[in-house]
Parts: sequence; C-alpha cells; structure tokens
Amino acid sequence: MDDTLLSIQGLTKAYPGVVANDNVTFDIGKGEIHALLGENGAGKSTLVKMIYGLVAPDRGTMTLDGASFAPPKPSVARQAGVAMVFQHFSLFDALSVAENVALGMENPPKPRDLAARIRDVSEQYGLPLDPARDVSSLSAGERQRVEIIRCLLQDPRLLIMDEPTSVLTPQEVEILFETLRKLKSEGTSILYISHKLEEIRSLCDHATILRHGQKVGDCTPSETSARELAELMVGSSFATPKARDVQLGEVVLKVQNLELPALDGIGTPLRDISFELRKGEVLGIGGVAGNGQDELLMALSGERLSDPGMVTFQGNDVSRQGAGQRRLPGLLSAPEERLGHAAAPDMSLTENGVLTAGKRAGLVQNGFIDWGKSRRFAEDVIEKFDVRTPGPNVAARALSGGNLQKYVVGREIVQKPELLVINQPTWGVDAAAAASIRQALLDLAHGGAAILVISQDLDELMEISDCFAALNEGRLSQPRPVQGLDMEQIGLMLGGAHDMETAHVAS
Amino acid sequence: MDLSSISPVLLVASIMVSATPILFAAIGELVVEKSGVLNLGVEGMMITGAVVGFAVAVNTESPLVGFVAAAVAGAVLSLAFGFLTQHLLSNQVATGLGLTLAGLGLSALIGKPYEGMKSPTLPKLDLGPLSDIPGVGKMVFSHDIMVYVSILLVAAVWAFLKFTRGGLILRAVGESHDSAHALGYKVVRVRMIAILFGGACAGLGGAYLSLVRVPQWTEGMTAGAGWIALAIVVFASWRPWRILIGAYLFGGVTVLQLNLQAAGAKVPVALLSASPYLITILVLVIISARGAHGAPASLGRVFHASN
Amino acid sequence: MLRLEKRPQPSREWTALSPLLAVALTMLVGGILFAILGANPFEAIRTIFWDPIFSEQFSGFTRPQLLVKAGPLILIAIGLSIGFKAGIWNIGAEGQYIMGAICGAGAGLAFYPSDSVLIFPLMLIAGALGGWAWAMIPAILKTKLGTNEILVSLMLVYVAETILASVASGLLRNPDGMGFPGSRNFKEWDAAFNSELITGTGMHWGVVAAFIAVIAAYVLMSRHIQGFNIRLTGEAPRAARFAGVNPTRIVILCLGISGALAGMAGMFEATGPAGQVSIDFNAGYGFTAIIVAFLGRLNPIGILLAGLLMALTYIGGELAQLMLGLPGAAIQLFQGMLLFFLLATDVFTNYRLRLTKKEAV
Repeated sequence: MDDTLLSIQGLTKAYPGVVANDNVTFDIGKGEIHALLGENGAGKSTLVKMIYGLVAPDRGTMTLDGASFAPPKPSVARQAGVAMVFQHFSLFDALSVAENVALGMENPPKPRDLAARIRDVSEQYGLPLDPARDVSSLSAGERQRVEIIRCLLQDPRLLIMDEPTSVLTPQEVEILFETLRKLKSEGTSILYISHKLEEIRSLCDHATILRHGQKVGDCTPSETSARELAELMVGSSFATPKARDVQLGEVVLKVQNLELPALDGIGTPLRDISFELRKGEVLGIGGVAGNGQDELLMALSGERLSDPGMVTFQGNDVSRQGAGQRRLPGLLSAPEERLGHAAAPDMSLTENGVLTAGKRAGLVQNGFIDWGKSRRFAEDVIEKFDVRTPGPNVAARALSGGNLQKYVVGREIVQKPELLVINQPTWGVDAAAAASIRQALLDLAHGGAAILVISQDLDELMEISDCFAALNEGRLSQPRPVQGLDMEQIGLMLGGAHDMETAHVAS
Repeated sequence: MDLSSISPVLLVASIMVSATPILFAAIGELVVEKSGVLNLGVEGMMITGAVVGFAVAVNTESPLVGFVAAAVAGAVLSLAFGFLTQHLLSNQVATGLGLTLAGLGLSALIGKPYEGMKSPTLPKLDLGPLSDIPGVGKMVFSHDIMVYVSILLVAAVWAFLKFTRGGLILRAVGESHDSAHALGYKVVRVRMIAILFGGACAGLGGAYLSLVRVPQWTEGMTAGAGWIALAIVVFASWRPWRILIGAYLFGGVTVLQLNLQAAGAKVPVALLSASPYLITILVLVIISARGAHGAPASLGRVFHASN
Repeated sequence: MLRLEKRPQPSREWTALSPLLAVALTMLVGGILFAILGANPFEAIRTIFWDPIFSEQFSGFTRPQLLVKAGPLILIAIGLSIGFKAGIWNIGAEGQYIMGAICGAGAGLAFYPSDSVLIFPLMLIAGALGGWAWAMIPAILKTKLGTNEILVSLMLVYVAETILASVASGLLRNPDGMGFPGSRNFKEWDAAFNSELITGTGMHWGVVAAFIAVIAAYVLMSRHIQGFNIRLTGEAPRAARFAGVNPTRIVILCLGISGALAGMAGMFEATGPAGQVSIDFNAGYGFTAIIVAFLGRLNPIGILLAGLLMALTYIGGELAQLMLGLPGAAIQLFQGMLLFFLLATDVFTNYRLRLTKKEAV
C-alpha cells in the first residue's frame, strides 16, 4: 500500500448524548482528492478535528505514510504535514495577512521573508493577495486565500478543506478548483468536505459518505449520479413539496430605493434596493453569504430603520417603525442566526415565544405577561411543528439546531403573518424537517401570505419560489420568474454581472 | 493668586512622579486587555501592592524588596481573578469588582499597624552629567529608578507586542479566542500569564504610591488611581506609547490642580479636587465620540472550549 | 482530568445552593483568618452571625440596627440588580446615594424651619431626583456616545464626594453649628426627620421603601413586559433588538431606576440614622450593595435575604471589633471574600464537573 497517505481505522468519538463518529474507516491516497460527504451533523467536522489534533478519538487508530499518527495537538499535526482550511474561526480581523499566516505556521520566517514567500505562493497558485493588508478589509473569497496560503507555505502532504465553497461565488469556485487540481498534480492529497454533490462529482477522485457518524458507503463520484450520492447521504427519500397554483393578490410589500449604511462599519451596506411582493407570492433571494442578507432582513423586520418612503407594508410607510410596531399588522420575520438573534439562548421556549408573539398573539396585556397563555402558545408551536423537546420550560440552547429552527420558524407561522421574511429557513435541519418547513412556507403562501425567503441553497429557492433575485454586494438584481431560469443565468445574477444591472436600470 | 510660586522645573519633575503609579497599572492592564480579558480589579491590586510594598519595605528597610513584594502581591491577587474568570468562567466585570472590594478590605486589614509610619524611600538616581544639565537635568534625569523602569516597561511592552511571536499570539488570543484555539494556541494559559503580568504591574504602581509618591500608608490611598488607569487604556486606544502620554497627562492634571490649590487660585477647591475625575470622564467622552478604535474583539468575553 | 461541561440549561438547585455554599466557605476561610489575627474563630463567627440577633446582652441594641443597615443596602441593590440583569454596570451607586442625600436634605433645608407635612415628601422626591440625575450622566453619555458606563459612574463617585465635602462645609453647613462642617441635625426638626416608625425595630421610611422596592421589582421582573425586555437585553442583545426593544430606553430606564433608588436611600439615611449631611456620612453602602445584588442572585427576594445577611456582618463586625478587638477592615475583607466565593461557586449553575481523560484543550 505504497500510495496510501493517511489510513483511518475504526475512529470513534462520542459526546454526551451523541456518537459523533462510530467506527469510521477509510484511506486517502497520495495525490488524491478525497471527498468526505454528509449532511450537516453527520460527523464530518469531528472526524477532521481528530485528524488535525483538535479532538482526541475515544477509539481507533490512524497511520500517516505508514507511521502511527495520533496528534495530541494541531502543531504536531502541522509538523507531520497535515494542514487545514477552516470553514469558520481561524482568521484574526485586526491582524494583517502576514501576521495571520505566521500564526498558522510552526516556525515562521522573518516578517520580510514571509511577505515575499506569501507573494510567491500567491502568484504560483493564482491567488493574488497583499501580505500587508488587514484581514478585516478582505472579502470572503480573499479570506479563504489567506487560509489556503497559510497551509501551502508549510508544504502540506494532506490539505483538509472544510466546506470551502460555501462563501464563494461560482467564478471563485472555479479558481479554487484550479488551485486544488494543481496541488493534486504536485502530489498533495486533499480531504475535501462538502455536502454539495455537483462539486464533488466534478472535483473528487474518491468519496466517503458519512451518515449519523457512520460510514455508509464509498464510491467514485464521477461514476456515480448525483441522485445516488444524495440517497447515500440522506438515507431515505423524502416528500417533495406539492405543486400548487399561484394566485397573486395585491401588493403587500413595496421596497423603493432602500439604502442602508453598514452597521458600525462592519457588514454590507444596502444599495438602492427596489422590489414588490404580492399576496401569495414567494420571492426567493439568493446570494453568497455576506452580501447583505442579514442587513436586508433587519431593514425589513424593523431592527434597523430606513429613511421614510423606503419600506411600505400594506400601503403604509413603515420605514420609521420598529420591529414591535411592524409585527402588529403582520410583518413577521425569522433571522438566520437562531441562538442569540432569533432566540435568547438561556430563556425558555415559553419566554422565547413572548419574544416575538407577545403583542400579536395577545400574550401581553396592559404590559403584563400572561404566562399561562404564553405557555399554551409555546406548546402549540411545539406540537404543530414537531419540535422534539421535553417541554416549553426547556432553555432554547438545550435544543438541537434543527429543533430550534423548527421552533423559531413555527413561532412566526403560527402567528399567521401577512408577510414573512425568513433567512436560511432550513439551515442545519435534517432533510425530513427541511421538507416540512418548506411545505409549511408553501401552505402559508397558499393561504394568501407573502413570503420572502433568503437562502444560500439554490435548490431550495428553485423549489419553493415563484420569483428569484440575487444579492450581490448589497445590490439586488431584478426579480425574475423561476420558470425558465437556468444555472448560467443564476450564476451571473449571483456574481452581480453588469447586464443584470443595465436590465435593472432599463426596466 | 500667585502663579509665580509654581516652578516649571519642579512641576515637570513632580508630574513624572505622580504619573508613574498610573503608568505602571495602565501598561499592565493594557497587556491584560490585549489578551482579551477585562480586569476591573486594578484598584484592588494597586492598593494591595501599596500596603504590602510599604509593610515589607518598612520591615526589611529596603524599598526595592518592597517593590518586589508588591509585584508578587498584585500577581497573587490577580491569580484569584484569573482562576475565577478563566477556569471557573465567572463574569469578568463582577469578578473584577469583587477583586477591588476584597483588595480594599485586605489592604485596610494589613495596613492598620503601619498607619502613620514612615518608610525608607528610593534614592534619586545619579545619572552623572545628564542630571547636571541645567533645568532638564533636574526635570527629567533626577528621579528614582522606578520612574525609568516604568518608561522602559512601556517600551518593552511595545516591542513585545509589535515584534515578537509571543506578542503576536497574545494579540491573536485577544482578537479571537476561537480562532486561536482552532489553531492550537492555549488561550487560557496565554491569558493567565497576561493577567499575572497585569497584577504585578498594578502592585508596582501601588507600591510607588506608598513608597515614593506620598510616601506613607493611609487607608484607601489609591483614591481611584486604578480606575483612572483603566480609563487611560481606553484613552490610549490600546497602544503602549499612548499609555505613556495618557498617564503623564493625568499626572499633569493632578499636579497642576494641587499646585493651583496651593497657590490659592480663584477656582473652587471642590472643582480642583474633582478635576482629575472630571477630566477622565471628559477624555472618555471624547474617545467614545470618535468611535472605539483598537479594542480587542474578544475583550471581556468568556472563553470555553466546548468541543 | 477535571473538565467543565456546559449544562443544557442553568441548574435551579445550584442557583439557590451556590450562595449558601459561598457563605459557608466564607465562614471557613474567614474563621482561619480570624485565627491568624489571634481571635477564637468559633467565637468570632458566633459574635458576627449570632450575637447581634440572639445575645441577651447586645440584641436589644443591635437587633434594630439590622433593619437600619439592611434598608439602604436592599434599596440600592434592587436598583443595581435591574441594571445588572440588562448588562448595564452602574457601579457608581455610592455617588448617586450621596447626591440623593445632598439634594433631599438641601430641598428640605431650604424651607427650614417649616413644619408642613409636605416637607418630607418633597425631600424624598428631591432625593430621588438627585440620584436619578447623577445616574443620567453615564446613561446619556452611554446612549449618545457609547461611553463606558462603568468608568463614568465610578468617576462620578469621587466627584460626588468632593461635592459632599464642599456643601457640608459650605452651602448646607449648619448656621448654628459654630463653624463645624455638617448640616443641621434632622433629629431636631420633626417635619423633616425620618424617624423610627415602630420603637425598637429600626423600621424607618427607608426600610418601608426597601420592602416596597422588593415587591415592585419582583412584579416588574417576573410579570411585566418591561422586566422581560430588561432580562432579554442582558441575555441576548441581538434578540432584544429583534424583538423590538429599544436599547437606549433600557439604558435610561435601568440607570434611572437604580439612580433614583440610591438617591432615595441616601436621603433616608441622611435624614434618619445619620441625622445630618456630613463629610463622611456615607458608609460605602453603594459599593456593598453590589455584593448584595450578586449574593441575592439579582433576584428581589434573594436581595432581601442577602441585604439582611450583609447588614448582619456589618453589625456583627462592629460587635467583634468591640468584644474581640478584631479590626474593622476584617469585615470588609470578609464581605469581599463572600462575593468572590459566590462567583466561584456560581460556575456550577451553568456548568458541571466531569472527570475525563486528558484531551487536547
């Protein structure tokens, strides 16, 4: 077995209440791009943390190039030639690119030499980057380059990439793939973690599929259909939403030339956004993360106020009204971040019900909270949306991500919104629950509500939306009917292509 | 009033002396905050340093031993803060306050027998020809060693943060403890070291107050100096050299108001006595109106490596 | 290796248990401290915690002191706890207390020697307003400019102390006081005197106000939407904005309540137990109240109990000073230690200890 780089034998890791990895075994060959495929929560992250020395396995062994490999900490893994590009949490905003790179290296060279080497490597692999810039001024794609270059400077034998494309535009994805293929041709092995099937089919030589912490299969992706891969990953087929006849009513939401500066200089400013939403309509807004999704939701929910005339709801200008005031006539919303934004982590589900439903559901009268009624409200949401929890007294943070998502989405739907603005409705939710949330949204639209779905999952948007628009650097493209859109057009919209801009102006 | 009684040479010299306690405490707190920890116990550590330094200096008749003991006392107290906030994950604001309250009590207890005593004080350094320069010599080059140690400490902290790998790691930990943890750095250990350093510095600052500046022990003698040191860190936007400017500025205000009081200026005494505190507020207001610059992003947040 | 693991939700048992454990640990370590100071630890603990209430010799004098000392502590701590719940750190209650006393006493003295029944209510309102206005300084600076309220409110304590020194020997000085600093003694002016309501209990209007504050705070925090919003702001600021809570209003509300309550406490103290506004009439209640607020778990009922306990340590401390010659500062340290142990034992509310094998952390 000379061409095996890393061999994983029976790795097992259990956390209280959940077995993250159960007896996982596979090999990664030299110069191979090996995919690790699975849904959110399938145990991919835990597995790579064990390879990178962040977590120690309960059982099982690894061998790297024939030698036993059990890194007690990341620096040991790095010395052995294992490098990792993280999905989140590994850059320091206030530090420069060079300092960030130095922090990820065991024995960084002198600052001047390091800057020169960063330039060399970035040219060699087509990843332009200025070592002196502060990371806070970089785009998501550029940030990832910092991480990749940090890894490449250590001449890794194995490069681990955790969901690298979730923050990239289709064009940037192509550049990344070129880099990875070049690395492969130089003999570097890559462990590529993703749940995006098409990417894996076009890039990877081999795939290991995880489900509920167990290895459930392996295959050669280019010879396997996306459907087969999906079935391996998800395990069972699930109900797809029913087809429906759309009857559009009068305009519910009208946004005119919405402009909003970035909050405290962080985030993306909204630039000249205009669109209309009618009763019964589902508008899907796509875009790469960090292009103004959060800001748009906050501008519509009332968390941030805009100038008069920019946001009109049911014919009334609500631009200067706060979230509480907008909620009363039925403008409800569900932000992406569940813990800390949509819900208070340490408060009970009952209290988290009062959070948004207090006035509209009549849980608060004359300023006093009716706790009995609030509890029944929470129980109602729990029952209708199949939230798995011992009861409404449980703290929000005790729920799994998917269950909490069901609760916060259900909390708004139960209140019968006239307009629901929702960001990432099914993020981190298992497939069956995701399908039921999508169905609930469609039912709501069928009942006459207007719905604005912001998501990074294009499949989801195509499945439930009537119209599609894309956010790019705080600008929104002209919404277009979903029917007849092809991937290329969508890619251009996501990238903020110029013909879309002119089309917008012309219309 | 008679302003001619205020000698500029003595004024500058006394500004340097009166700024030194705050300078020690502030440069220590800067390192602590750069690592992402907010220790509001500076006042408590300072006053403990003041009393321990004084007591040890009296008993050993060596002010230098007093300073060492004060640094150790400050560090020991900060160790308690570090253990609570870093290992038991307690709220940093509350724990820092607790440290200050406990420090005030502890110092009053230790200091009772020493009230009214005189301690041996530090000799002025003889810097040879430098001290003999007319005017400037007396102003800048005729101080005790701790004045220069405090300035050297600022330079050392600056160089450490800017040029060394240790400094880079410290800043990284303060910027994002999650990222630092993901890269395999020991967040808690780095922070504990920073906290201990901050405690030792606060202890030195307190000892300077009781051994040189005043020099005797009175209960509650720090009178908010520790809190002013905290404000100076904000004023300095977390940059070492600006700490020096800030401390000397406040030293200047303190000395000037005392001189004005002595000279019988036609300004209400209450206003003059309150001026260091009012100016601290004013400076905080100006800094915050400009927008917070340079605060470490993880400052005051609890770090727990959950998985 | 011992490792902390986050509990899925805060433990109710530990919320109640940790203050008791902290008190026990403080007694233990305090006992050792007293032994080092040369006192019999058991006698010292008994003198501090038992004798003020049950000793035949002293309780006649010390028992009423319990309410006298607990009143201002509870009143101030209730206000502070509301702010702390919202993550607003007013640590300058001592300054608001002083300003309340000055304004309350000043408003009364302006009408000396009127015997109108309106004098005392007027002084109460003026005292509350004085504390409120002093707290509005950090509140407005925080909301308008984002200035840190911790440092500003604390700096204002020192400013208030210089004002106190100035008015005690100037504006409010007793004209018949033969030049000594300090205001007129309110004990000699019935209309303005905050007298003992029931003889031998120590109960005065400030204690009544403290009890009312406990009940009002309990209702506010557990039943009213504003209390809910305050808690929400403290626990999850982003979620609070999402819910439609205006953070500026919460800051103004919380600092306003705590300032007004501290001001009232100051006014009650100056016109009652202290009897006059003098240079050092303030006894550090504003700072001790911080300990009371935490020891009471920021819960009104808890604060009531914690205030009584802390008052006990004050009185017991004085008794120990008298009887055993323990230094007064020992009690201050004792109180500081109590807060420290509380914060330390508090970890078990949100985390549990687990024995695990060594792992890279």
